[in-house]
Amino acid sequence: MTSTAPDPLLVLSNVNTFYGQAQVHFDLSISIGRGHIVCLLGGNASGKSTTMKIILGLVKPRSGEVTFDGSSLLGLTTPQIVRRGIASVPEARRLFADMSVRENILMGAFVRNDRAEVAQDLERMLALFPKLGQRLSQRASSLSGGEQQMVAMARALMSRPRMIVMDEPTMGLSPLYVDRVLELIRTINQEGVSVFMVEQNASLALEIAHEAYVLQTGRIVLSGPARALKDDPRVRDAYLGGTEAA
Amino acid sequence: MASWLDYTINGLIVGNVYALVAVGLALIFGVSRLINFAQGSIYLVGAYIGWVAVVQLHTPLPLTIVVVAVAAALVGLIIERLGLRPLQNSARIAPLLATIGISFVLDQLVMLTFSPNPRALPSQLPDVRFQVGNGTIGLLDLLIAGVGLTSALLLFVFLRYSKLGWAVRATAQDRDAAMQMGVDVNRVNQAVFGIAAALGGVSGMLVGMYYNQIDTAMSLQATLKGVVAEVVGGAGNVPGAVVGSLLLGLVESYGVAVFGTSYRNLFAFLLLVLVLVLRPNGLFASARQAPPEPLTGTFIAPSRPLRIPRWALAVAVGGFAILPLFPVSFYVLQTLINAWLLGMLALSLTLVAGTIGQVSLGHAALLAIGAYTSALLSLSLSVPVGLAVIAGGLMSAALGTTLISPSFRLRGHYVSIATLAIGEIVSLVILNWESVTRGPIGISGIPPLSLFGYDLISASSVYWFSFAVMVVLALLQGRLLTSHLGRSFRAIRDDDIAARAYGLSLNRYKSLAFIFGGFAAGVSGAIAAHLYSYINHETFNTQQSILALTVVILGGLGNVVGAILGSVALVGLPEVFRIAAEYRILIYGIVLLLLVRFRPQGLLGTI
Repeated sequence: MTSTAPDPLLVLSNVNTFYGQAQVHFDLSISIGRGHIVCLLGGNASGKSTTMKIILGLVKPRSGEVTFDGSSLLGLTTPQIVRRGIASVPEARRLFADMSVRENILMGAFVRNDRAEVAQDLERMLALFPKLGQRLSQRASSLSGGEQQMVAMARALMSRPRMIVMDEPTMGLSPLYVDRVLELIRTINQEGVSVFMVEQNASLALEIAHEAYVLQTGRIVLSGPARALKDDPRVRDAYLGGTEAA
Repeated sequence: MASWLDYTINGLIVGNVYALVAVGLALIFGVSRLINFAQGSIYLVGAYIGWVAVVQLHTPLPLTIVVVAVAAALVGLIIERLGLRPLQNSARIAPLLATIGISFVLDQLVMLTFSPNPRALPSQLPDVRFQVGNGTIGLLDLLIAGVGLTSALLLFVFLRYSKLGWAVRATAQDRDAAMQMGVDVNRVNQAVFGIAAALGGVSGMLVGMYYNQIDTAMSLQATLKGVVAEVVGGAGNVPGAVVGSLLLGLVESYGVAVFGTSYRNLFAFLLLVLVLVLRPNGLFASARQAPPEPLTGTFIAPSRPLRIPRWALAVAVGGFAILPLFPVSFYVLQTLINAWLLGMLALSLTLVAGTIGQVSLGHAALLAIGAYTSALLSLSLSVPVGLAVIAGGLMSAALGTTLISPSFRLRGHYVSIATLAIGEIVSLVILNWESVTRGPIGISGIPPLSLFGYDLISASSVYWFSFAVMVVLALLQGRLLTSHLGRSFRAIRDDDIAARAYGLSLNRYKSLAFIFGGFAAGVSGAIAAHLYSYINHETFNTQQSILALTVVILGGLGNVVGAILGSVALVGLPEVFRIAAEYRILIYGIVLLLLVRFRPQGLLGTI
């Protein structure tokens, strides 16, 4: 783990996003270093989730540029972006409720065609998330929230992504699972996957992140190494400000 | 006398046919939350392709099935690509309306190509029947059962073991999440439309062989039956659609056994209404997530309505009022009378579908109720025609609202299905309740319009009468829209949950809208009855319901002036351009499609 900025994997530069008349992002610029965990902090309605949607191509910005590994993502559809190597753990997990746990995890490998290696990766996921082994044939909707989060993370890893974007991975989980999820994010990162996570829970996110950005009503108000931001009183202020504005 | 076993076998075979249609509907609904009203048209196309293959190309049976499946699938792919994909980001009701337009276009194209006369589609199997217990089963029965089982098995394998099948299931459960797994949702849509169309086409061909006859009326019937079976089984639930279809086949077959053939469809629609009222999610609904967006009939494309100055409206009304004083031809007056009658129906529908957001597909039933009430009162009880017309309006308001009230708890597409079914039920009751409605013979010799003892015989007097009634109704409705009540209606349309949270009783407001709308439509039907002097159960049919909907969308949903302008345009323009009758419905279908695609807010804008 180094905190000297490596060459960036994903860059958002001067992104302006609108929902109809309302502007959501104002000249948003974020850079995610190769092999880093970067978190985006902010209160409700600060534009965090929209940032994720921009990266995944679910929302298109009006102006600005998004590049991944040097090439633009803006003209691509969501499936094409996924094939470039970006996987996602969506907000509230969004599992396929009527499919089994096994099918859910394998859906993560939808873009891959190497069946044998996919089967191996499934075994690796079961080693990483041992609890899921007994649940493989259960319907996804029958799992607890924490278990569903494990499935969502395993599903994201199955595409062998270079980067995972996570929308509030600890939301609604019991304290026990929150620690477990953070630990897993660190493990995943150590295997070489860059992580971009959107979080409301600043103190937790800053513990594992390398860099952090603070978003307030669509503008980056603070950024820097996570270690430095952890003790910065302005993080707290920005936070409260963000909540008030919402 | 056929045995009960025969009726059971017949019910299961017919159920198999319905299943081929319903499974396609369920697949499409699962993936795109759309009830595909063009499914019956593909079934029709399948039947005619089968006819071409068998009668003109003399293909052997297995090849016939393949030809029909492939050709129908191609039609399905074209529908998806040209008709529906461009509407992906439109209001939810837009694709539904597009499929209605597509079905009109396809049906008319088939009719224009092959003539409306029925054709014989010979079964390519020897007519051998086997004795089973005290019933018999034919080779064709076995073929239909075989095709049904084989396709169910293939579909199961496809969904369970193929990659595309997984993508279909994942998309059905969570479209956004599926995209984030790399699923190309457009390909999934294509696959689903192709499969649904292939199954529907083969089904149409088999039915043609079963009854040894095909004609264009098959289309709407197939759509209706497929939708009934699908909704009974739980919309979007593929195995549910199969069970729902078999159940529907059996209910119909036993109903026919007890009451006779003309009751077949009545049982189908009663089953639908019963299921919608008791278990609106179908008999086998899984605890599936509700779709994210509100499913209310928010077709309303936000737009600023075109303000027409009062003086311009006054001039227009004055101009039309004095028109008969000028030497205009009888033909012009006749055309405008039709436009005014359609205008009243459109006023009714624009209130119900536009202002309060309940897209009714059975509005012709309100015409029928008004027409029969007024005709029977004036004929059998010698009630003066003026009073009978008002009674027709009141009866339509009361009975129409009562009949539609079970659908008040439904939302979005389900309202459309329920109103469609209720419309069919009204027409079937008229057909079967011979002691009152004179059944299939219809009512003839209905007295002409009269007012205070004076018969309105001349074209200009009928013109003035219908124009005046329409203007009064329009003024009333205009007042209503600017009142508090009108605002409540629009609140329910835009977000019924929020409206309820603010204390609006949905049932009460929906009832009020249907009472007002029912009166206008009933009066229109009543006047029409006295004008035509003969009506029967087919005088007021689904085509009129759809025409009224097209008028309303053309004018701008909820827009009173728009409804009348739309009526004049859709009745008048085909006359001006002397378009032959058989092309008109084709044109209405195309107009509907173009509007949904390019100008959903209509000519004058939604209100």
